[in-house]
Amino acid sequence: MKFVDEYRDQDKSERIAKTIAAVTTRPWSIMEVCGGQTHSIVRYGIDDLLPQKITLLHGPGCPVCVTPLELIDKALFIAARTEVIFCSFGDMLRVPGSGGDLFSVKAKGGDVRIVYSPLDALKLARDNPQRQVVFFAVGFETTAPANAMAVFQAHSEKITNFSILVSHVLVPPAMEALLSAPDNRTQGFLAAGHVCTVMGFEEYFPLAQKYHVPIVVTGFEPLDILQGILMCVAQLEQGRAEVENQYARSVQREGNRPAQALMAKVFRVVARKWRGIGEIPNSGFALREEFAAFDAETRFGVGDYHVEEDSECISGQVLRGVRKPRECPAFGTRCTPERPLGATMVSSEGACAAYYQYRRHAERSESGT
Amino acid sequence: MTKNVTFTGGCPVPLSNQDHVTLAHGGGGRMMHNLLERIVIPAFGNQPLESRHDGAVIKVGQGRLAFTTDSYVVHPLFFPGGDIGTLAVTGTVNDLAMCGARPLCLSAGFILEEGLPLATLERVVASMARTAKAANVNIVTGDTKVVDRGKGDGIYVNTAGIGVVEHDLVIAPTSVRPGDAILLSGDVGRHGVAIMAVREGLQFETTIETDCAPLAAPVLDLLAAGIEVHCLRDLTRGGLATTLIEIAESSRLHIGIGERDIAVEENVRGACEILGLDPLYLANEGRFVAFVPAAQAERALQILRAHPVAANATRIGTVSESPACLVTLQSRIGTRRILDMHSGEQLPRIC
Repeated sequence: MKFVDEYRDQDKSERIAKTIAAVTTRPWSIMEVCGGQTHSIVRYGIDDLLPQKITLLHGPGCPVCVTPLELIDKALFIAARTEVIFCSFGDMLRVPGSGGDLFSVKAKGGDVRIVYSPLDALKLARDNPQRQVVFFAVGFETTAPANAMAVFQAHSEKITNFSILVSHVLVPPAMEALLSAPDNRTQGFLAAGHVCTVMGFEEYFPLAQKYHVPIVVTGFEPLDILQGILMCVAQLEQGRAEVENQYARSVQREGNRPAQALMAKVFRVVARKWRGIGEIPNSGFALREEFAAFDAETRFGVGDYHVEEDSECISGQVLRGVRKPRECPAFGTRCTPERPLGATMVSSEGACAAYYQYRRHAERSESGT
Repeated sequence: MTKNVTFTGGCPVPLSNQDHVTLAHGGGGRMMHNLLERIVIPAFGNQPLESRHDGAVIKVGQGRLAFTTDSYVVHPLFFPGGDIGTLAVTGTVNDLAMCGARPLCLSAGFILEEGLPLATLERVVASMARTAKAANVNIVTGDTKVVDRGKGDGIYVNTAGIGVVEHDLVIAPTSVRPGDAILLSGDVGRHGVAIMAVREGLQFETTIETDCAPLAAPVLDLLAAGIEVHCLRDLTRGGLATTLIEIAESSRLHIGIGERDIAVEENVRGACEILGLDPLYLANEGRFVAFVPAAQAERALQILRAHPVAANATRIGTVSESPACLVTLQSRIGTRRILDMHSGEQLPRIC
């Protein structure tokens, strides 16, 4: 398949892996920011190709994993209402809140539907004027433009039975929060390619400079990730801390300007809670005053609902790259994708779920027992 | 694993409360497996059920019969390349074939929803008749019930089938041996994507059709040619990966396969890339795997390829002793990873 197979080539992968090994003289810890990259790394066993000196840390870039408990609870509350058609991307349905998940709301009679785009949810609103259609607007800068477009269109068409439950988070403030934490281990970043397709990479220059950390905008295929690691290691070895673009076939320095303009028109930047990490200033989006009528929290009166999360949970440390999933005693025993204890076990992009899926037996098979 | 880590038990979310059936219980993955193991199998416990095959093989007089049943609740009722009627016949015929049996006859039970257009029923029944004729079986008994409007999804079909076993082999995971070759009858993932495309209104450049087809003919030819078939399994819900994991766990052996050897049609791959799905876990309705001694693999492939439904049969891997109970996949970039059973149905990813 064009644009896929050439980035999954065995010979080229092995060649880049050899070059990485050749240039690596010291131990380095590199964080891939995006959950999609984590999924690829574990699925293709990319870390098996790397020299032992390189440690990959799995970052906070899984939207399912970082959505706070109270937002899930709000979603469950709204989805259970009889007048509501609750629309969500598929992998949010299995995330447990305080009282079950969206699947269990559906099992008890809630009208919960998987959609592939917020514009599909808007169409449902047009087609069902007597129902309230709510879209669970989860994600990073990648999904924000389409969500902004759905609200913008609903506003233009004066659609009154559509709203979104906003849980948008932003990557650069999270990277800064990780870098400024006292237990930070990250020495270089693979920045999330699709986020940068929308946002460009100019906002990373101050981060690279302030924390003296190389940041390489990286794609998602095995060769992308290997090349991103090579570029990052080369910078670390040479003592450079620059922003480089591995994913040039998709990312331009200034990003997608029309998408950014639409996001800025519909959303404003606010502090957001991140599951397992806590509140980070200026790290998310909320709807602007002009579009406040489309805010599901206001419409269904759940704006004041708060739940405290236990800051001791290891999933927070996994999300910050401080610990690996296998360092949790509950991993694979008390905590599995069927009965997840933490959100990182839910989405296939979550580090714990990715390890469970592809690595659960690794130690057993390595030891031959 | 690090031993000196203390886990506080403090966790941002409580256990998911699963005191109700959810759709994930029907997805053919780990949750459905657990449901059967915990509730159904202990209640009915008997020897044929213990084999956990798609059908039961029962001794009758001097001979053996295969018996199986399956219910069809597909939505939408009609999809590219087939409908609920074709599925209801091929599914049960294929379950019999996977026992190594020659399908003899089927039953058909209909649960109809009040208000269903008779034309729809006629169309489904005509498909069933056509498919049964092609598969060389008769539908000899049946039942019809009607439920209130809103309590069904138009039409549900149950079929049961009986077949005769005309050989002495025990075709089951327990017969799989180290060194066995694993043969796959064709490309995977078409049925899953075809259904999802219609159900979710996804449009691709070309229409993806189900692979739904009866599989008895190639299986019976393998047996007639004296191939020592150790295990057969059609790839339905849960796809190739789930099927192989079940066999690895039941046989307590290791199954090693190569990603490059598994054919996935270009348009199916494209759909999977867009939706973040793994074709190895997508449903099929006209594909099966056969475990045969390596020495007979080439001959078996020739026999399979003579049938249009298995024209692209290939060898995808080999059975070995360890690591026991696992399926490993050599990826396209040469690394090896474990295939594990999904919990429920695959969920399209956010980005």
